[in-house]
Amino acid sequence: MKKTYIAPNIERNSAGNMNKYGAKSVVKYQDKIDGIPVKEIVEQFGSPVLVLSESQIRRRYRRLMDAMQMHYPKVRLAWSYKTNYLGAVCNIFHQEGSAAEVVSGMEYGMARRLGIPGNEIIFNGPGKKRHELELAIKEGAKIHIDHLDELYLIEKIAKELDLVPQVAIRVNMDTGIYPQWDRFGFNYENGEAFRAISRIASGKAMNIVGLHAHIGTFILDAQAYYYEARALLTLAQRIKDELGITVEYIDLGGGFASQNTLLGSYAPGEFISPTFDQYAEAIGAAFNESSFVSQNLPTLILETGRALIDEAGYLISSVVGKKNLPSGERAVILDAGVNTTITAWWYKLKVTPTRPFPGAYQNTIFYGPLCMNIDVVRPAVPFPDLQTGEPVLVTPVGAYNNTQWMQFIEYRPPVVLISETGKLEMLRPREELGDVIGREMIPEHLRSQ
Amino acid sequence: MNPDLSKLDITIAVTGLKTGDNPQPGVPVIRSIRAAGFTGRIVGLIYDSMESGIYLDDLVDQVYQMPYPSAGADAFLTRLDHIMAQTPLDVIVPTLDSEVILYIRLAEELKRRGINTFLPTEECFLLRDKTKLESFFTPQGIQVPKTILLTSVSQLNNLHEEIGYPCFIKGRYYEAAKAANWDEAAKHFYDIQARWGLPLLAQQIVPGEEYNIVIVGDGEGDTIGMVPQKKLVITDKGKGFGGVVVKSPSLDEFARKIISILKWRGPCELEIIRGFDGVFYLIEINPRFPAWVRLAEGSGQNQPAAVVLKALGQEVDKLPECKTGTMFVRHAEDIIADISVMGEVSAKSELIRR
Amino acid sequence: MNTEKLSNLAMNDNGFIFDPESGYSYTANETGIFILKRMANGMQRQEIFEELSEIYDVSEDNFNSDYAHYMLMLEALDLIDFEGGTLESGLE
Repeated sequence: MKKTYIAPNIERNSAGNMNKYGAKSVVKYQDKIDGIPVKEIVEQFGSPVLVLSESQIRRRYRRLMDAMQMHYPKVRLAWSYKTNYLGAVCNIFHQEGSAAEVVSGMEYGMARRLGIPGNEIIFNGPGKKRHELELAIKEGAKIHIDHLDELYLIEKIAKELDLVPQVAIRVNMDTGIYPQWDRFGFNYENGEAFRAISRIASGKAMNIVGLHAHIGTFILDAQAYYYEARALLTLAQRIKDELGITVEYIDLGGGFASQNTLLGSYAPGEFISPTFDQYAEAIGAAFNESSFVSQNLPTLILETGRALIDEAGYLISSVVGKKNLPSGERAVILDAGVNTTITAWWYKLKVTPTRPFPGAYQNTIFYGPLCMNIDVVRPAVPFPDLQTGEPVLVTPVGAYNNTQWMQFIEYRPPVVLISETGKLEMLRPREELGDVIGREMIPEHLRSQ
Repeated sequence: MNPDLSKLDITIAVTGLKTGDNPQPGVPVIRSIRAAGFTGRIVGLIYDSMESGIYLDDLVDQVYQMPYPSAGADAFLTRLDHIMAQTPLDVIVPTLDSEVILYIRLAEELKRRGINTFLPTEECFLLRDKTKLESFFTPQGIQVPKTILLTSVSQLNNLHEEIGYPCFIKGRYYEAAKAANWDEAAKHFYDIQARWGLPLLAQQIVPGEEYNIVIVGDGEGDTIGMVPQKKLVITDKGKGFGGVVVKSPSLDEFARKIISILKWRGPCELEIIRGFDGVFYLIEINPRFPAWVRLAEGSGQNQPAAVVLKALGQEVDKLPECKTGTMFVRHAEDIIADISVMGEVSAKSELIRR
Repeated sequence: MNTEKLSNLAMNDNGFIFDPESGYSYTANETGIFILKRMANGMQRQEIFEELSEIYDVSEDNFNSDYAHYMLMLEALDLIDFEGGTLESGLE
């Protein structure tokens, strides 16, 4: 049996490039996803292909719920549609007991298509339109008000329809993290949030059922949630004391970090992202010291998206070609780039070989297939020599990719789910020309060349 | 009584073997362990084949190159398993700031492989993060110079109002540079960001006398050993290349209070300033031994040896009083070797001397 | 292609290469050192491929493309010289 071939390589030794792991054993390989060989998936669905693992999604969900319930039992998740709104994915979360959290009329429509009743939908976002609000009010959705103009509009619609909308307000605040998200909702510190609630109460047109905040994204400091929860609970107590209104739920939004590594961060995500237990402990501390909580037992709602599904998503992508850069680094061109994996713009995604390798590693940059300089899937990382056509795994990609991907010069890849029983289920086939130009029209005088 | 390691037949791994102008603590840690009578095997875990300690004949028995912490847990554990198959490690003493969190988070994985460490809990480690120091310690009566977390260069625009110039611009793990104005602050911001990423910190400069203290905390709020020094020689990079052991009851009390608040477990170095206003300020808590840790051994407290025993779960008595007036002067020397030694390390990523 | 310099290099089987003339040292991988040693003995691409493919599982096309890259690397490191010619002429 012949030895596995690797491309010849030579580097000059100099101070600063002396960490080359010359020998072996730094890069782990993964040839299966949930027990199914990567090779088999590629044979069946081609490359690239986005693979989601049902059992990993369910496991993460249950782990988060277990961690939260250790500290506060009355907790509920609202699945953040924008993180991944494939119907199958949403229904996994709904089967587990999640409500729906939507941020646009389109997402609202998606939740309704799946049969989620209005009163199980939280309608967030700064850009809700009149006809969307009308529908949401008629169907009893929980509308989280972002600004005063929206508040006035809802009041008006309520009177026109003679219905009582179920509302909460979104609150922003300083929780010690930067950047502070102050563009959404009403400010806590300057009293704007309380004034908005007072205004709603005095209008007598709506039911104030909750308070909502969302302090940011990829929050690496679990303690920020303590401050957030404490502020909302203090506000809830004040509303009760001064206005006689008792809210039913406290919605802390999302923002939990996944194990991904931010591009600007030196330390990898697995060493700095807080665990579910750490987030739960911070939130639990605020809930358990609050007298509002002990007297009223509000429901705690979380809109965690990324941290529940990011690690359950794998992009299988194959090597189109390789080249050596003048810098001495190796460049690998993959058949999927930032068009399918837009989160490569803010994370150092992990690239994993799908077979064991002998020999040395070389600093390797992974590019996508687009003819754009910014199409970088992963900046330089030590990697074994790959062969043309060989698949690699790009992870974690379960969050914010298949909702944000683009059709720019390439068809979007198929999405496949590995079910809990180990079956491969197609969720969305590879796009074809018709998917891209199907809604396009050409005026009469431009129909020929 | 100082720990006696002469009966210990184990393998101890130590990281950070670079000496020179910005020395790492590995070599002095190993020297102290040997000074406690240890005759077992010592393995150097290195990142770079030019770390000078590799080339010392009598220092380490084996050397293995490790992936940088930024390569992630998989790379680290895969490499560690490869090493363990050849040379099982019993204790690891990490000595570099950026790797400590890795050893803390992977403590269970290490334990499963039979590797012991003596390190703080993750919670404790995070509380000493430069970004947290001010908000955590100030309410507890420990003064910290005013610090601002920087995540964007635009935040420098308010610095003159918030803390004033000159101030320090610091990286989260390493490096600090003095800035006299916006231009300098911006330059340091970009320089340090390029090397260590975000966030950065801007910190008020407190005029006063600086003291450094090397401590091993027992994890219950008390210290096993504690040696304070005043730097005598400071290089142009701000490194202490000479120092003397001092004794000040008020400084001791300040340091003990910090350790008891944190319940720190394992080695650390406190950087403290006694302001000209007479107030003590906590500047930094480094979660590892400093490069000058031999001064502890030299003044009567073999702290690295104590850490080895604590890692193994053994009882260790409080170390003896340190001897005031003990001093150190750092001395550089050229090591002579054949280039094949470097060839061995850079081509194979390992060097087996014994 | 001038490969004279290669015969002055000290190479060990681990892939460590030392150039006593310039003081530079290099690290090559397994196939890198395999090829370099044969080039130092004056072997040409075709001969090298025949020997290499006895040991490693590789097609000639695959090897040729990697070999061309490798020659560019060696030229950039000033270890070989195309003598005013191009890579293509150097490969002959």
